Amino acid sequence: MLWETLRLAVTTIIRNKLRSFLTVLGVVIGVAAVIAMVTIGQGSSAQVSASVEALGTNVLIVRPGSRGFGPPGGGEAAPKFTLKDAEALRTLPQIAYLAPINSGGQTVVYGNANAATQVYGSTADYLRVQNWPLLSGRNFAEGEETSGAAVCLIGATVQAKLFGNADPLGETIRVKSVACNVIGTLAAKGAGSFGQDQDDLVLMPIKTVQRRLEGNKDVTSISIALRKSVTSADGIKAVQDLLRERRRIAIGQADNFSVTDMKEITSMLSGVNSVLTGLLSSVAAVSLLVGGIGIMNIMLVSVTERTREIGIRLAVGASAGQVLQQFLVEAIVLSLLGGIIGIGAGLGLAYVGSIYMAIPFAPSGSVVALAFGFSALVGVVFGYFPARRAAKLDPIEALRHQ
Amino acid sequence: MPPPLIVLRDVARIYGAGEAEVRALDGVNLTIRQGEFVAIMGPSGSGKSTAMNIIGCLDRPTAGQFLFQGIEVQGLDQDRRALLRRHCLGFVFQGFNLLARSSALENVELPLIYKGQPRALREARARAALEKVGLQGRESADPSQLSGGQQQRVAIARALAGDPMLILADEPTGNLDSHRSHEIMLLLQQLNREEGITIVMVTHEEDIAAYAGRLLVFTDGKLTRDSAQPERR
Ligand SMILES: Nc1ncnc2c1ncn2[C@@H]1O[C@H](COP(=O)(O)OP(=O)(O)OP(=O)(O)O)[C@@H](O)[C@H]1O
Ligand SMILES: [Mg+2]
Repeated sequence: MLWETLRLAVTTIIRNKLRSFLTVLGVVIGVAAVIAMVTIGQGSSAQVSASVEALGTNVLIVRPGSRGFGPPGGGEAAPKFTLKDAEALRTLPQIAYLAPINSGGQTVVYGNANAATQVYGSTADYLRVQNWPLLSGRNFAEGEETSGAAVCLIGATVQAKLFGNADPLGETIRVKSVACNVIGTLAAKGAGSFGQDQDDLVLMPIKTVQRRLEGNKDVTSISIALRKSVTSADGIKAVQDLLRERRRIAIGQADNFSVTDMKEITSMLSGVNSVLTGLLSSVAAVSLLVGGIGIMNIMLVSVTERTREIGIRLAVGASAGQVLQQFLVEAIVLSLLGGIIGIGAGLGLAYVGSIYMAIPFAPSGSVVALAFGFSALVGVVFGYFPARRAAKLDPIEALRHQ
Repeated sequence: MPPPLIVLRDVARIYGAGEAEVRALDGVNLTIRQGEFVAIMGPSGSGKSTAMNIIGCLDRPTAGQFLFQGIEVQGLDQDRRALLRRHCLGFVFQGFNLLARSSALENVELPLIYKGQPRALREARARAALEKVGLQGRESADPSQLSGGQQQRVAIARALAGDPMLILADEPTGNLDSHRSHEIMLLLQQLNREEGITIVMVTHEEDIAAYAGRLLVFTDGKLTRDSAQPERR
């Protein structure tokens, strides 16, 4: 009998395509929204963890000034680091690679093309700290670093802006007023955890930047890759101790520099990410609820519209239970159908979205199963009331209904 | 004498209350035995359909007693009455009452579905019933594609298909020409004689009523005539 009821429900749904479609539209939208939200949310979480992975061993960033994001505000300007500080840190046994950095925004020009970008003065170890492969060419040679030669490595975005498809190796670009020989190109990295373009940079020896671009001897930050065997906490402690000593900070006095643990930042980001995903998903879940009410509404109308049909069924021997079953099964089939369409649409949306946002497409079986189960539940809950109303009809009254 | 199938004792069916009260049936006493072929006549509004609904276990009397095979129907709940309709009765309604947007075959299969018959058997029976009423070849047409007479024959086929012990037909020939009417009446006579199915039929036409072996006349909700007659052939 259940099988018959199922067949009947499917037949009814197919015979009333437009009505069926409008009935399930709410559920479709609700499920699609939930699926898209969760899938995109998980994709961006996956990307955050992927960027943690890409760091390989943990990376610390040391900056002068107190800890915090955004512009270093509040309090007097803390003294900058020097290359000597970097040399001293390099002797720590916890550190695998270290790269002093002096960076600033500059305009770079090649022929008619120009681009505003970030110029990083650093050493060959910068790429080792970042675990960043070269696409072509070579890294800085030691002599180039010590002499402050006018050579540079360019990121993929800069390469595309200045050279298009042409080969940049051996060409000379102008950085501010410095003519600079391109000796290598960097592999594309894509968007970072903050959504910033990591490939929009030019890398030069730090001495070149200090002398010829910035005109100072500053080290604005130091990137450190810890050895694999060293925990972040130990590494941070060693760096802090050494720098406190070098900067003569008395016991009990606060640091005038900060050590940022990149892994910590990324995991915090993924936390924010999951809170956002949860929030958006619950908004989407509300729309699923609204979809359920939509099903109830149209099923109620349909019971009135089909009163005569119900009367005929009762007259030829259907029991109230069978009529109830018929309408309930119809509601469940409808909402499951809506669920399936919604899952498809949601995954499609998430796929397109993940391409646009350049994040991995991460569909989750459990979320799909949950959405499916939830739409079945919507069918049961919101289908029951109209179905009961249908089952309670009096056969004679129902037959007289015009 | 065969046992009584239907017994009405002082049955009244009253619609509305007070000033607006309508006594559709008023003190009807009636016994119909198994195997009878009964015609009911009477002016419009005299309570014929009301009586059919009560006999068909669709409605319950306001007062009095209705027994079907000795069972007091007014004491049964909805579902028990549904079971009686499902297993014992075939109803041909005054207004056909076919399912729209369903084929003739599906309409005839309907009671068989609720009897829980397997699909293949159902279809075979429904086809056979449609053939009996001369509708072979029109199985897949839906009511909107059929003439009034054809719709009426689908309704008759639906009543036949479930092998009922009692067929209740409310003006089964109301939309048929005299030739078709004659055929349908011969079919009913045949079911009555050969398969022993009890038939109660409402009609406005004397010559249709003549096919039955017993004639009841209702006037203003009362049974005013009850006479045996020779069956026309
Ligand atoms: N649901 C109802 N509510 C109120 N009055 C009703 C209802 N059903 C029937 N009646 C009344 O009961 C009386 C008998 O109706 P019924 O349908 O039995 O007549 P009938 O003999 O079948 O007439 P017809 O030959 O026109 O079909 C009529 O006066 C009718 O108006
Ligand atoms: Mg009538």
